[in-house]
This record gives sequence, C-alpha cells and structure tokens, in this order.
Amino acid sequence: MAEYLVIIFGSIFINNFVVSRFLGICPFLGVSRQVETATGMAMAVTFVMGLASGITYMVQKILDALHIEFLQTITFILVIAVLVQFVEMVLKKSSPVLYRALGIYLPLITTNCAVLGVTILNIDSGYNFLQSVVNGIGGALGFGMLLILFAGIRENLNFAPIPRSLQGFPIALVTAGLISIAFLGFTGFNLNALFSF
Amino acid sequence: MGAESMQIVLNSVLVLALLGVLFGIGLAVASRKLKVESDPRIDEVEALLPGANCGGCGYPGCRGLAEAIVAGAAPVDACPVNKDCAPIAQVMGVEANCRLPQVARVRCAGGKNETEQRFIYIGVEDCAAAHSLAGGPKSCIYGCLGLGSCAKVCPFDAIVMSDNGLPVINEEKCTGCGLCVKACPRNIITLWPVGKKVTVLCMSHDKGPQVRKICKVGCIACGICVKQCPVKAIAMDDNLAVIDPQLCTNCGLCVEKCPMKTIKGEIKQEREAI
Repeated sequence: MAEYLVIIFGSIFINNFVVSRFLGICPFLGVSRQVETATGMAMAVTFVMGLASGITYMVQKILDALHIEFLQTITFILVIAVLVQFVEMVLKKSSPVLYRALGIYLPLITTNCAVLGVTILNIDSGYNFLQSVVNGIGGALGFGMLLILFAGIRENLNFAPIPRSLQGFPIALVTAGLISIAFLGFTGFNLNALFSF
Repeated sequence: MGAESMQIVLNSVLVLALLGVLFGIGLAVASRKLKVESDPRIDEVEALLPGANCGGCGYPGCRGLAEAIVAGAAPVDACPVNKDCAPIAQVMGVEANCRLPQVARVRCAGGKNETEQRFIYIGVEDCAAAHSLAGGPKSCIYGCLGLGSCAKVCPFDAIVMSDNGLPVINEEKCTGCGLCVKACPRNIITLWPVGKKVTVLCMSHDKGPQVRKICKVGCIACGICVKQCPVKAIAMDDNLAVIDPQLCTNCGLCVEKCPMKTIKGEIKQEREAI
C-alpha cells in the first residue's frame, strides 16, 4: 500500500508532469482559460493516461517477448491515439458542450507528451502492471490539479490590473513559471519515510 | 543472422498489423455504439448555405449558422451572402420572409487623380493604421485611404484596387457579406440593395468651399439633386446629399444635374413618366 502512495504523491507533487518534467505544456496553456473546460480536460487526460499506462504495459510485454522493443514509441502512440478517439466519441455522446469547449485540444491529447511520457517512464522505471496504472493516474491527477489551479488563477487574472504589455499570454507564462518554482519546494521530500507506517 | 533479422522484421509487421486491426475493430464497435443522432435538418440547411465560411452572419462558419437556424436562434435569412432563403425556409417549414439582396458600394470617388496627399505615408499597408496616424495622408479626412484593407478582407475576391487608388467592387462576385464594411475605418463602404444603381459617391461632411479645395468630385452640398429628385429620395444631411435607396427609382435626374459629378449610376434608358 505504502509504495502506491509513494508513487501517487511522487507523481503529483515531486515529479509533476507540467512543472518539474515540463511535459504537456501545450494543453496546460491552451485549455486553462476557464475552470470548467480545464476540469473536463483533466478528466479526459486522467482517463487516457490511466488506461494507456495499463495497455502499454501489456503491449511492452509482447514487444519484449519478440525482441522488438524499438517499436515502443510507435506502438505506444498507436495505443494513445486509439484511446483518444474513444474518449472523443464518449464525450461527443455524453457531453456535447464539453466536447465543443475542448475543441481542438481534445484530439491533441494524442500528441500530449505527458501521456507518451508517462507510458515510457513506467517502462523505464521497471514498474509492474498495477504500479504503472497508479503512476499513470497519479501523473494525470497532478496534471489535472495544476491545470485547474492554473485556470482558476487565470480567471482571476482577467480582473487584475496588469500592464498592457503583459496582459493575456505573457502574464500566464510568468504565472506558470512562478508555480513551477513553488513546486520546486517539494523536491527532496522523503516520501518513503512519510508513508512507512 | 539473415534469418534472425527476417524474423524480427516479420514480427514487427505482424505485431503492428495485429494491434492495428484489433484497435480498428474496437473503434468501429465503439463508434456504432456511441453514435450521436444529430438533427438531419442541420445537414440540409448547411448544404443550402454558400459554404464560404466567411463569418458574415456572426456565427462560426456555415455549420454554426445551420445549427443556429435549426435551433431557432437565427432567422432563415441570417446569412448575408445567401441570395434566396426560400429553400431554407422550406426545410424549416416556415414562411420565407427574405431580406433584399445587397451589394457593397464604395461611397468615395476621390482617388489619387481627384485629391491630394497631405503627407507621404510610409507604414503598414493597412487603412486602419493609416487612419490612426493624424487622420491619414489624404487631403479629405472622409475619403478612401486606398490601402486596400477592404480588398484584403474580401473572401470572394470581389474587390480590386484601381490604379487611381480606389476599391472597385465587382457586383457579380459581391455577396453582401459585409466584411469590407467592417474593415473600412472610415465607413465609406455601405451595403446597398442590388437593384438600386444610383449612389452619392461621397461621404464628406465638409462645407462646399472646403470640399472644392481638396477634391474634384466631392459633394459640395449645393442641393440641386434634392430639388431635382421627383420622388424626394434625396435629403441633405450635414452638408452631404444622401439617397434613400428605398425611395429611389433609378431615374437618373440627379446623376445628370450634379455639378460635381458626385452622383453616379446607370440611368434608365427610357425614363418612366412619374
């Protein structure tokens, strides 16, 4: 149990995909204008990342058995693309409003490097199946948490007296940088000690 | 070695093909199960719209307008480009109450030959930029700046800039979408009903002597056209003759009498007795 907690907390706070691994910056900046769409995006990414972690773990086993590990990237992208297509269909059916709000960023989850990143990192870290899925979901939760946090800040930035030259995107980038520095504070946290009950 | 590497190639192809087929079947099943029923009228209305996605209606593209029309949020004649809204009204099952088709008219005739430059403008080739710089280089502060912002914005290639530095609108191509009207910083371009040929080609509210000084073809507010017009379609508004297109009968009397040749338009060959 403790090791899963370590993985989850590690992937949310210490190795957060956006602010310490700098993966998935595109949707982080693109879909963080409103909290509502950010929440939808976070859920879609969580679903894709969790499922992709599990499926790619099994695919990797096949690749290992046949000694064709060099196909890792291409097969993983295939898996992710299929999952994103699936999520798109589900969203179109269940929540057309969210589907329209996410717009181009929904199919772009395919090229969200955080998703490919988590699947490859799972393999590199030697995680087993359950650990991979937990790491995937944890990474997505970290991504989603930051996305929603950032969207909340950006919504309030609209009302802040910001110099004209910094309005909009520039101040968003400055804010993202400050958040990244804040998350630097989690580095060096001894999670194993924290969760050894 | 040869056989081994062949095996790897074969394995790679097999694994990828198998995964592809597997995922393909999965997605096919999912798309069947998760099919979204959309109103077939949206497709029908979209097919009847021009499909240029110019955005003149204010909706995101023709599809957006089709959805709005079907949802009842937009009237059947909301597309400014569409000449005939009757088929759309038929799809929607409502009475066709279409707007008159309109074309854009440039209401300035003072090109390079007729006016002078107050200063030499060297800057962005954009009318709004030139306009914001001390009112623009043209001697007339109401006149066309001639940098072609309207021509650039036209999605139908209906506007070309003449050698005289004025936009010329091809009324065959013009759809009346109104994008050039919005693009012109001096509001010189207006939408005008298609059949009405006579227009006052001036927007200057300057007094007569001042207009004479800076433009050879500007309206000097002499009022001759107002007196001549048999149907009282012309009125004088702040030193400028303005034609009411609803009243105008294209008789062309004003075109003949205008001393500055500001009023232009095709004149009917046989003038009807009014």
